[in-house]
Amino acid sequence: MSISTGVRPKSPIERLLAANSWLVFLFFYAPILVLIGFSFNDNNNVGIWTEPSLRWYGAMLDNSDVVRAIRTSLIVAAVSTVVSTVLGTMAALALERFRFRGQRVYDGLVYLPIIIPDVTMAVMLLLFFAQGFRIIDSLIGWSPSFGIGTISLSHIAFSISFVAVVVRARLGQLDPSLEEAAADLYATRWQAFRRVTLPLILPGVLGGALLALTLSLDDVVVTSFVAGPGATTLPVYVFGLVRRGVTPLINAVSTAMLVASMILVGVSLVFQRTSTASPETES
Amino acid sequence: MTDAVSLQGVTKQFGDVVAVRDLDLSIADGEFFSLLGPSGCGKTTTLRMIAGFEFPTSGSLLIHGNEMGLQPPNKRPINTVFQSYALFPHMTVEDNVGFGLHMKKRGSAEITDRVKRALDMVQLGHRAAAMPRQLSGGQQQRVALARALVNEPEVLLLDEPLGALDLKLRQAMQLELKDLQTRVGITFIYVTHDQDEALTMSDRIGVMNEGSLLQVGSPQEIYEHPTSRFVADFIGEINLLPAVVVDHETVRLRGNHLIAASTGAGSGESVTVAIRPERFELYDLDEPIPDGMNRIEGRVTRRIYHGDVFYYDVDTPAGLIEAKEENRPGIELYDIGEQTIAVWAPAATTVVRD
Amino acid sequence: MADVMTDVEAVTPELEAAAERAESRRGVLLALPSGFYLVLFFAIPLVIVLVYSFASRSSTGLTQLRDWSLDAYQRLWDPLVGEIALRSLILAVATTAICLAVSYPFAYYIATRGPTMRNVLLVLVMIPFWSNFLVRTYAWRVLLGSDGPISQISQALGGEPIRVLFTNTAVLIGLVYGYLPFMVLPLYAALERMDWRLVEAARDLYADGWTAFRKVTWPLSRPGVIAGSILVFIPTLGAYVTPAILGGARTTLLGDYIVSQFLAARNQPFGSALSVTVMTVMLGATILYFRTGARSL
Repeated sequence: MSISTGVRPKSPIERLLAANSWLVFLFFYAPILVLIGFSFNDNNNVGIWTEPSLRWYGAMLDNSDVVRAIRTSLIVAAVSTVVSTVLGTMAALALERFRFRGQRVYDGLVYLPIIIPDVTMAVMLLLFFAQGFRIIDSLIGWSPSFGIGTISLSHIAFSISFVAVVVRARLGQLDPSLEEAAADLYATRWQAFRRVTLPLILPGVLGGALLALTLSLDDVVVTSFVAGPGATTLPVYVFGLVRRGVTPLINAVSTAMLVASMILVGVSLVFQRTSTASPETES
Repeated sequence: MTDAVSLQGVTKQFGDVVAVRDLDLSIADGEFFSLLGPSGCGKTTTLRMIAGFEFPTSGSLLIHGNEMGLQPPNKRPINTVFQSYALFPHMTVEDNVGFGLHMKKRGSAEITDRVKRALDMVQLGHRAAAMPRQLSGGQQQRVALARALVNEPEVLLLDEPLGALDLKLRQAMQLELKDLQTRVGITFIYVTHDQDEALTMSDRIGVMNEGSLLQVGSPQEIYEHPTSRFVADFIGEINLLPAVVVDHETVRLRGNHLIAASTGAGSGESVTVAIRPERFELYDLDEPIPDGMNRIEGRVTRRIYHGDVFYYDVDTPAGLIEAKEENRPGIELYDIGEQTIAVWAPAATTVVRD
Repeated sequence: MADVMTDVEAVTPELEAAAERAESRRGVLLALPSGFYLVLFFAIPLVIVLVYSFASRSSTGLTQLRDWSLDAYQRLWDPLVGEIALRSLILAVATTAICLAVSYPFAYYIATRGPTMRNVLLVLVMIPFWSNFLVRTYAWRVLLGSDGPISQISQALGGEPIRVLFTNTAVLIGLVYGYLPFMVLPLYAALERMDWRLVEAARDLYADGWTAFRKVTWPLSRPGVIAGSILVFIPTLGAYVTPAILGGARTTLLGDYIVSQFLAARNQPFGSALSVTVMTVMLGATILYFRTGARSL
């Protein structure tokens, strides 16, 4: 609910608030716009603007390291998103629609990863895999290696909780008598879920999936710990480059990543707004 | 003929809380039965147990003679109209109505036909392709009704379905529902806290309070002959005066005032005398009063004009009496402070214990 | 018509309990896959870190799972560790405070617009929020460079090139930039949910604007303030990427310090002890948040 501003004359405080807000928006977008602008810069020297060119985008696509990193990122993101969305949705259902012994412990387990900083997560998973591989090696004489597999498993581990939180919020808003009505009308548990619950929580599930996707594509620390020598994802690759210095190539790659993520977000936001038929639940 | 629904010794406990206590209830086939009571009395829990959304803790729940206490709702030949209507927001009206038939895997021609007839029955055939959010509250409620009835259930359960509607609409819907039930002939079990509603629509009413079923009977029986103080108080307006039984046809009110009433109770027992306000007639002090009537003198302390009736508060030695007199042309009015005699028939005097 | 079910008995408490148990089992089945996954890839790793924090380190930097001791935890009392921890704490608190100071008027502004404007503004806030974190931080690396655009502007105005990069200030700017949306969104949610008629009631009872804010709006928006603060404080305390890109050698923070234990310094037990401690502090902060009765995220 908001107060209507109506035709009241703008008080000085109002003006200040408005000014502050537009400054904040400027603060949000200026760096992004500057970055995008510089990626079209023809000059080798990052800070100095000469003339627009697509030279660096070409260089990016020619660079096989970059291409390989992109491929890895996409595969990991896809796997992580799908698996964590399924597992996270099931967790949300289990917590919100059922009661069982040990549910509180389970609740804690599902929520804990959210507050673990990614540095700690990275450390945990590194030690886990290293130790696990050593044990497997001693048992069967062969050890799995760090790579796409460990990266994917790690991303799933920290994404499940976020999906669960989002889906659970959506489930909580659903009128429980809708599912009772389905049962009253002869639907089995599965039919009720497929025909009634799922369509109505779908925006939440998709929101959770988007979150999982973003977390995976954003991740630097965990991935760099569990990637091993052979594999790398795009953000980790870029991170490595950045530490050695700013180059126009990085500008181009960064802009490409930025635009891609902004398009992704834009599409999903539009999709959410059109598909939310606001499943009118009981107030 | 077997009862449509029969509950025997049904109890429902949630942890330490007893929501329904040892309920015995039989509802006949084709009956319009209402469960009436205040919030928290257990009427909704009872309805949910019949529907299958809760399991009884103990007892027997029979539907047309078959024990169904632990059956899930989708295995019971019963359908429910929910308080919030619970229409599926992402489906059209006709998909909503046809949902149950789809679940039972009926042929699509049969479904289309039955859905159309159900919607026509509630006069919403022209809105078949609409979405629930495009309909008014009253229309949504009728869709919910159609969605339940299209499955031809053995019993229809209604959980305070008219609560969200405004007064005029509610009254119209009450008559429509009663009409519908008579035409279709299915047993209706109706839960409400509104006693006007229950009195208007029901063949029989079951009054509940704090998990127990206090009285079951026709609207007349419940209204004219309440068997407990709670039922007397809950239904309609009532005067409740403490009294002591003198013998099988006399009680003594406070202020040592004797009146005639059939008691069937032992002498000396403390009881409550219940008299409906409309059963009183006010007389002048010097007016002749017919024989055999109970009477008590008092002073008018309040008069309220209510359009069709006048309410009088009369302060008597036995307690404060509220009388209701019809607003007929030429009727004599009593002013505040005036003395009057309140007169009523012994037959209108109900004696309740507790 | 219903199937005739013969020989089914009446319900007893035992039968009801059995029915409830069957229902519970379905819940457990649903919970099992994610529960199993998280036990394997989260709970067990957590235990392993804990175990490693008590292990010892050989002279060549290998972790030895014997000679258990509290050595790693003893080292936490080192002045260097204290310095790093303090610096990280101050930075996290500063970031949170600045984010709050900037976000509150901002969220207030958005919450008091009409519905269409609000949606537009929210989308505009969401877009940077969802964009790649690394890239957004990198943008500041470009901006703050001594030959970057800000520097050029200041030189054009007759001043000197700025030397902000690789200082604490740069890290602070980067962190505020990165985590501002995490403060804005919960604040906005709390303010939007508020019943503004209460403010009108306060005005009706002779309160002026500032008093109405102090006594009505601020207390009611506190859950949002708390949620936002937690969402900013916790990640910034353990921040790694932002300091790595914008900070310098002189500004070591906890995140980098922990990471280095597993790379160059090769002291896993110590790194584990650090991780465990940081995690415990954060867990404590979060429990505090829930205890103050704030509604969940």
